[in-house]
Amino acid sequence: MLRILVVLGLLIAWQAAAAESTLRIGLQDDPDMLDPALGRSYSGRIVFTALCDKLVDTTPDLTIVPQLATAWTLSEDGETLTFKLRPGVTFQDGEPFNADAVKANIERYLTLPESVRKSELASVASVVVIDAMTVALKLNHPDATLLAQLTDRAGMMVAPKAASSADFAAHPVCSGPYRFGQRVAQDRIVLNRFPGYWNASAYHFDHVIYRPIPDASVRLANLRASDLDFMEHLAPTDVAQVQSLPNLSVMRISGLGYANILFNIANGPKSKNPFGADKRVRQAFELSIDREAINQVVFNGLYAPNNQPFPPVSPYYDKALTIPKRDVTAARALLQQAGVATPVTVELVVPSDSLTQQVAQIVQAMTGEAGFDVHLRVTEFATMLQEQVAGNYQASMDQWSGRIDPDGNIYAFVTCHGSFNFTGYCNEDVDRLLNAARTVSDFAKRKPLYDEAQGILLTDLPHLYLFTEPRLFAATKKLQGFVPHPDGLIRLENVSLAQ
Amino acid sequence: MLRLIGQRLLVAIPTMLLVSIVVFGLQKLLPGDPVLTTAGDARDPQTLTYLREKYHLNEPVPVQYVRWLGAALHGDLGQSLRTGQSVTALIGQKLPVTLELSLLAMGVALLVGIPAGIISAVRRGTVVDLGANLVALSGLSVPHFWLGVLLILVFAVNLGWFPAGGFVPLNEGLGGNLVALTLPALVLGAGLAAALMRHTRGAMLSVLRSDYVRTARAKGLLPPTIVLKHAFRNALVPIVTVSTLLFGDLLGGAVLTEQVFTIPGFGKMLVDAVFTRDYAVVQGVVLCVALAFILLNMVADLLYLALNPRLRSA
Repeated sequence: MLRILVVLGLLIAWQAAAAESTLRIGLQDDPDMLDPALGRSYSGRIVFTALCDKLVDTTPDLTIVPQLATAWTLSEDGETLTFKLRPGVTFQDGEPFNADAVKANIERYLTLPESVRKSELASVASVVVIDAMTVALKLNHPDATLLAQLTDRAGMMVAPKAASSADFAAHPVCSGPYRFGQRVAQDRIVLNRFPGYWNASAYHFDHVIYRPIPDASVRLANLRASDLDFMEHLAPTDVAQVQSLPNLSVMRISGLGYANILFNIANGPKSKNPFGADKRVRQAFELSIDREAINQVVFNGLYAPNNQPFPPVSPYYDKALTIPKRDVTAARALLQQAGVATPVTVELVVPSDSLTQQVAQIVQAMTGEAGFDVHLRVTEFATMLQEQVAGNYQASMDQWSGRIDPDGNIYAFVTCHGSFNFTGYCNEDVDRLLNAARTVSDFAKRKPLYDEAQGILLTDLPHLYLFTEPRLFAATKKLQGFVPHPDGLIRLENVSLAQ
Repeated sequence: MLRLIGQRLLVAIPTMLLVSIVVFGLQKLLPGDPVLTTAGDARDPQTLTYLREKYHLNEPVPVQYVRWLGAALHGDLGQSLRTGQSVTALIGQKLPVTLELSLLAMGVALLVGIPAGIISAVRRGTVVDLGANLVALSGLSVPHFWLGVLLILVFAVNLGWFPAGGFVPLNEGLGGNLVALTLPALVLGAGLAAALMRHTRGAMLSVLRSDYVRTARAKGLLPPTIVLKHAFRNALVPIVTVSTLLFGDLLGGAVLTEQVFTIPGFGKMLVDAVFTRDYAVVQGVVLCVALAFILLNMVADLLYLALNPRLRSA
């Protein structure tokens, strides 16, 4: 009898050891093209995190740390960024990773006609191979944002030979811990362990399956039914429910992006209204809202009320710029000073998701008490975007996923010719400060530039920032070792599932 | 019969052309720039211009249509702007999924709806009839989304009998495939069964009142023989019409059911494509569905011939 039990025990242990481990992750969206040169979606970045290593990475406190580059130096004039590369790294098809591969990748991002990485690497004039494991990026001008850009898709290294194939996005080859296995559009992306990875012992799954499930409640139902092990974008309204379940846990961290209202100041004929004409009207609008009350009602207190584009986790967040308290009397006084007839009518464009609509409804009610008459126009995303670009709006709710470098959260939105400047706002002082901040790498010199620019922007108010969105994840309690990062990307180093 | 098939296929050509023109035109009327929408946070003007040129979006709409039509006639339905995949390949991936789910849902509907309709008609005015009507009305009224989430909570989350969502391809095992599709097929089938039950009941009631059924009764035939052999066969023509139309609707995509159960079928792809203005995908899927409707109508016509010999000489 004892012998049989021992044999059975051994058999079970052997089966457990032989069983392949799989992590199933629920994503909010189906990624677009799986080529870092072409990828534009946020969910795509999550998949790339396991598939493609980058030159550098970030920590939860936004420090830049080595990944494929082990060290880097910036020249005195700020125009040469030199990287020492990690030895012994190969791409998933066996091609060696070296300085030539880095050169090929950066040049591919800059010259591929469809590449959407060009603006991120615009300061790179040329790539010089110094030796097999040393490469230098020669810049047109000093660029303080470049290193941060290289922590994302612009710094991802793909296998140069494989990348010359026309259908590379369908069969991507990189140097990350997991290699591409299979993709069924809108159903799953399967990655398999890459045994040749330079840090393979830190990765514990044989397979990682990403399943796009757009509805947050359905994604959670899949997690509860054990059809998923992990999910991103947990709805704030579901947090309490997940916390009450014995087998699930919630993980959260402050995100990098923001939710905001943008005002049409000088973008076409629709800007000809009291909001576009007088900043006191916009200031009165801000004074009439209570961000914390909205946070409690709509987001169960999980968001961080904010009045600036930088998240509290960023070192560039200015603690001196406190959020103004709601003051209806002061708001009314400002409207009187501005000499506008009340109620001041404004049309607010709102995207069609239910949480943003709730925020807009509360803003409507709060500002109504101060003398505003807000009309909500709910519009689906593609139309809203086109109307913002065309200037066919007076005010619009919006949001931005955020970047680790402050430049990514502010420059393109408020500079006179910024590519996302849909408000038409233009202030030479702001442009001067933000352009200067782009070229200064020293934090001590750079932060005052952003502080000064923010001081102007918070008075002029082309954008009314409302909240910093947290990154919310839910997982089975068996999941161990996951460290949330503000960028929301799912890093699988040292992550495992307890048996 | 061959002549009928030939006629139908001939009519299909102008129909498909018309559908393609209407869908192409309607899409262009939608506000929203496909390149800008899919660009996400990467809006480099040079790249946007390049993409507009690559996909010929800067050309006049009629030119774009002729270009698309020329390629389509060579079997190339274009590329998805969002994922870069060929639309033909995407349809090849999704069509079997949608077809299987539709067939299973139709199976549920036929197995439940027709017997319930017959019993309800035969027992008209009784508690059975009332009960069947009540269930049918509920089946029609309950939103698919709600029923889907409810079934997931009961059978996947609490009981753990079925997966909460996802699709297992047939080549990975019939068992897993059927288990994954059971709940979505039940949700879809519930609404269809209710509709079929109401139609079957109506058709059977009118047939049961006819003279030849009375004659059959007078001849002393047994009730099951009268109902199944004499009445039901004559009631089948309208039931076939409704069934084929319902099946066509299913092929168009059971959007909500596919969303709830994350089934990677036509519906989910079509909705995503409309929201991202992925024109080529929308065009390809709608054309495919239109073709399916034409074929289904042809099948219905052939079934009429099989069911009613008088039509064969007509």
